[in-house]
Amino acid sequence: MVELLIEAQNLTRYYGTRAAIQDVSLTLGRGEILGFLGLNGAGKSTTLRILSGALAPSTGRIAIAGIDLLNAPQEAKRKLGFLPEHPPLYPELTVAEYLRFCARIHGIPGKQVRSAVSLAQEKTHLTEMSRRLIRNLSKGFQQRVGLAQAILHEPEVLLLDEPSVGLDPAQIQGIRDLIRTLGTQHSVIFSSHLLAEVQSLSTRVIIIHEGRLVLSQELAALDAQRACSVHRIGLRRPPALRILEALEGVTHVSAQNDGIFRIEHQDQPEFPELLLREAVRRDWVPFTLSPERANLEEIFLSLTRGSDAIAPLPGAHS
Amino acid sequence: MIRALAQKEIRSFFASPLAWVILAVASLILAWIFLLQVDLFLRVMPRLALYPHEAGVTALVAMPLLRSATIILLLLIPLLTMRLISEERRQKTLDLLYSSPVRVTEIVLGKYLGLLGFLGALLALIVLMPVSLGLGTQLDWGLLAAGVLGLALVMAAFAAAGLYLSSLTEQPTLAAISSFGLLLFLWIISWAARGHGPGSHILRYVSLLNHFSAFMRGEVKMSDILYYLLFITLFLTLTIRRLDADRLEH
Repeated sequence: MVELLIEAQNLTRYYGTRAAIQDVSLTLGRGEILGFLGLNGAGKSTTLRILSGALAPSTGRIAIAGIDLLNAPQEAKRKLGFLPEHPPLYPELTVAEYLRFCARIHGIPGKQVRSAVSLAQEKTHLTEMSRRLIRNLSKGFQQRVGLAQAILHEPEVLLLDEPSVGLDPAQIQGIRDLIRTLGTQHSVIFSSHLLAEVQSLSTRVIIIHEGRLVLSQELAALDAQRACSVHRIGLRRPPALRILEALEGVTHVSAQNDGIFRIEHQDQPEFPELLLREAVRRDWVPFTLSPERANLEEIFLSLTRGSDAIAPLPGAHS
Repeated sequence: MIRALAQKEIRSFFASPLAWVILAVASLILAWIFLLQVDLFLRVMPRLALYPHEAGVTALVAMPLLRSATIILLLLIPLLTMRLISEERRQKTLDLLYSSPVRVTEIVLGKYLGLLGFLGALLALIVLMPVSLGLGTQLDWGLLAAGVLGLALVMAAFAAAGLYLSSLTEQPTLAAISSFGLLLFLWIISWAARGHGPGSHILRYVSLLNHFSAFMRGEVKMSDILYYLLFITLFLTLTIRRLDADRLEH
């Protein structure tokens, strides 16, 4: 049994009469990187703020490494690092001053502050920037300062709210590498509305839609489940569509540009061989064949498209 | 924790031009008033010599200076306090404090003590002026000490009220104007109590000015000190409650 670092049960939060999140339950095991997906306004930030203790839930319970966040907040918060959606920076301070302040409010003893700050700066590649005013840093560096703040006290759990928003592609790559490295020592929950990001970083994914969890699943399982039921084939001398549709196992075919056909078929491992053999035999001159990976995007869109699609999947935690 | 928060606040003050400008403006205006009082004193000095028991240099120079200082500070302290919490709200840095193992009480006390630290520097600048007279003449140290204590309490009270109003809004300007309004109102509220009508003693008790006047006469009374301490406690408690409410329902 994996040790659970976060156990949240039935979190609900009302703003006035509107429920920002409803009945959200989730767990985070040691060593997991949990991707938290949702459209803008789906309740990602609210959930993360509640998990960080910055916001009290209207109902529900949260335990951080076994410590109840609502009953023993000080103790529980020591185990948490939180990067809010807007990095909480004081622009008038230098990077080092800011991090020293954060170290102290996170309860790091005076003698260890210096070493903790320089270690966090090293991990986030900020050592060069240590004496610069935060005001003068670019958005990417500011984001890193925010991240450095979250990992200063070596928390067991990291909560990152949209860590890559507003960065340029190179910076996004940098932040992702950083999260991947951090994931080896901490457990991480990060939210994102970028599917590719979640797909490339996380071990498990949860999807929230209109304040409710609609999916919680291992990425590997997700891949296996939906693997390769779609192939793309390129044909130099393509036949008519209905001939392709008539092939054994094919459920749907759509023609795309430049002789590429997208073929949906029943899930059988030998399908690509059969298809290729058929194509060669009938002289359609195939030049490319590729599986279409189980795409988080499809799942995401099917779950968040319209309200009839949001019945919880079997994989969703209850 | 409280110390870390207070130190950060002082650092932030001195990192902003606003604080330096406020120190400069306060010093400049009060120095001008101080010089005017010294000049006045020099002109009336020959006549004062005829009445040996009448007021001396402390009463005629130092006390008016401290009295003017309260008015200048009534204008300036709201500008210092306006950003304390509203700016954190605007920059969304409160989440940092809320998600770290710090109690709301510690946040508020830390900010307040940091502010008092800065105001202590301002007070020192002001007090140095009359104290410098001690080089050339005999001062009434007791009277001066009473006045300085009074001014310190008034400043601490202004600061507490300003801190609370700063916790209510995201707009520093709004916090500044409302603090200024509240303080001015509490300052002049006793004007309505000139007669002996019903409730006039309440108005007099509530007035910040009334309690300060006793210090100006050299009277240090426990009841006046207690008034300021209550005033400060009230506003700090309100601030704590306001920030606590942030995390709860909206």
